[in-house]
Amino acid sequence: MSRIFVFRNDVDTDQIIASQYLLLPNVDEMKSHTFESLDPDFAGAVQPGDIVVAGDNFGCGSSREQAPAVLKALGVKAVVAASFARIFFRNAINIGLPVLVSDTIGKEVKTCEEADLDLSEGTIEVGGKTYACTKLPPYMQQILNQGGLIASLNKED
Amino acid sequence: MGMTMGEKIIAAAAGVPEVKPGEIHTVKTDYLMSNDGTTHLTIDMYNTKLKHPRIADPKKLVFIVDHNIPAENPKTAAVHKKMREFAAANGIDFYEGKGVCHQIMYERYVEPGQFIMGADSHTCSYGALGAFGTGIGCTDFLYAMVTGESWVLVPETLRFELTGKLREGVYPRDLILTIIRDIGANGANYKIMEFGGEGLHNLSVNDRFVLCNLAVEAGAKTGLCEVDEKVRSFLKLREEKYGKPAGGKYFTSDPDAKFLKTYTYDLSKIEPVVATPDFVDTAIPVSEVGEVKIDEAFLGSCNNGRIDELRVAASILKGKTVHPDVRFLIAPASQEVYLQALEEGLVDIFLKSGAMMMNPNCSVCWGSCQGVIGEGETLISTGTRNFKGRAGHKDSKVYLGSAATVTASAIAGCIVSAGGIHSKL
Repeated sequence: MSRIFVFRNDVDTDQIIASQYLLLPNVDEMKSHTFESLDPDFAGAVQPGDIVVAGDNFGCGSSREQAPAVLKALGVKAVVAASFARIFFRNAINIGLPVLVSDTIGKEVKTCEEADLDLSEGTIEVGGKTYACTKLPPYMQQILNQGGLIASLNKED
Repeated sequence: MGMTMGEKIIAAAAGVPEVKPGEIHTVKTDYLMSNDGTTHLTIDMYNTKLKHPRIADPKKLVFIVDHNIPAENPKTAAVHKKMREFAAANGIDFYEGKGVCHQIMYERYVEPGQFIMGADSHTCSYGALGAFGTGIGCTDFLYAMVTGESWVLVPETLRFELTGKLREGVYPRDLILTIIRDIGANGANYKIMEFGGEGLHNLSVNDRFVLCNLAVEAGAKTGLCEVDEKVRSFLKLREEKYGKPAGGKYFTSDPDAKFLKTYTYDLSKIEPVVATPDFVDTAIPVSEVGEVKIDEAFLGSCNNGRIDELRVAASILKGKTVHPDVRFLIAPASQEVYLQALEEGLVDIFLKSGAMMMNPNCSVCWGSCQGVIGEGETLISTGTRNFKGRAGHKDSKVYLGSAATVTASAIAGCIVSAGGIHSKL
């Protein structure tokens, strides 16, 4: 089982990881600052396998790949949102962080509820209700299945 | 079926006669630009994650240090050193301190019809010259650097038909903030914003940069402007300055091209606006903002730090002084812009008014290099974003406005429109 952390609409990448931390030497040094401005306790509380749930336009703003990277480094299993900003969406797939689209889940679940995520089916069960998420186009799903874009490049090489 | 300008550029980059929205294509990239926001991570991945590290064509790569320049601590200095040494070792064009990355690309590289990826969201600016620029992360960058290619999901196109002319004292900045307010922060998510019509052709190429640059703030994959004689003149001038031949391919949308939606804007109806904290799509008329005291004002950034904006600011500041409670920071977008401002006597006006001149860089817009604001402080800025904490403390506020509004506010100490206070330079 995973725990859920719920965030609002229009969460921009500055809120996921602020600019003053981006030039730290590596993602492991950045990750303790994840969501610092919105929920300073998040980075300490999140456990590997937990899920981030949000409303519309998650990850809007800058192209910083550090945003999905810090979530992955903290062990976040997937991000489920009503919609994603395109660069965040693409970056997440490229680094192998599953991103799922569900119109309703963000409005109906609460932080710390338990969830059962089935990545292969693209479904999440919370409190007896199952949310079916939109499937990725096969091209993107394949990148994700191979563990990200660099893993798929190395496979081709 | 006809194609839009953006579809034609993707088709050319993919080497196919036709593309349709929703298709995924492999494209060749004309340039790949990366700055100090993420290049250190790209280099680390290049060195440690690749089975066969290689660069498809170093001549297509441009590395630019512009976010935290000059370095403010040893860790940043190490990031810059890593970029500098990697660029030198691999024959990659490298700039530091010369200006904001998109301004450098605009001044020296971008050609109409090119497909360019940049590890920065505002790469969408290159549509001012009729090029398809789009922001990517460092993994995408690394893949394209190694293979010379990337994949693209062909987006749908929104058409913005512009008519008429902006009134005096109203700027492209007011227009694009108004458009983003109307369509919302994800109103163009994964779409192209194409600007055209007689109103567009009334705007200078620099003005068009302002429109395309903020396309990503509505979620767009890119912004594109119809190309015309003004673009040809820009490229000819650039040829004289830097010796880069005025080339490129001029694509325009077919008469039967399919737009997802067409919006029409009469430029003469646009008025000065500010976007209020903490979202870009919140523009309200400056006249309705109420009494908002400011602690800092910023003129600069890839959106609004060119000679046009500096001239506007100087015309308002001449003979006046910055309010004693306000820090007014000015960062020209490049050294080229800075030198021109010096030649025109603008910097003299700025310094005598009490403004602070910054080196060309992302400055206050980046929020962690210079001019950071403290808890409870308020900034009015020509920067790209006003997200929570964007310019410093998480409990500070950022308003976005035109160079005229920012300068008038710096004099008044609170947010006001420039009204009729321009003086003749």
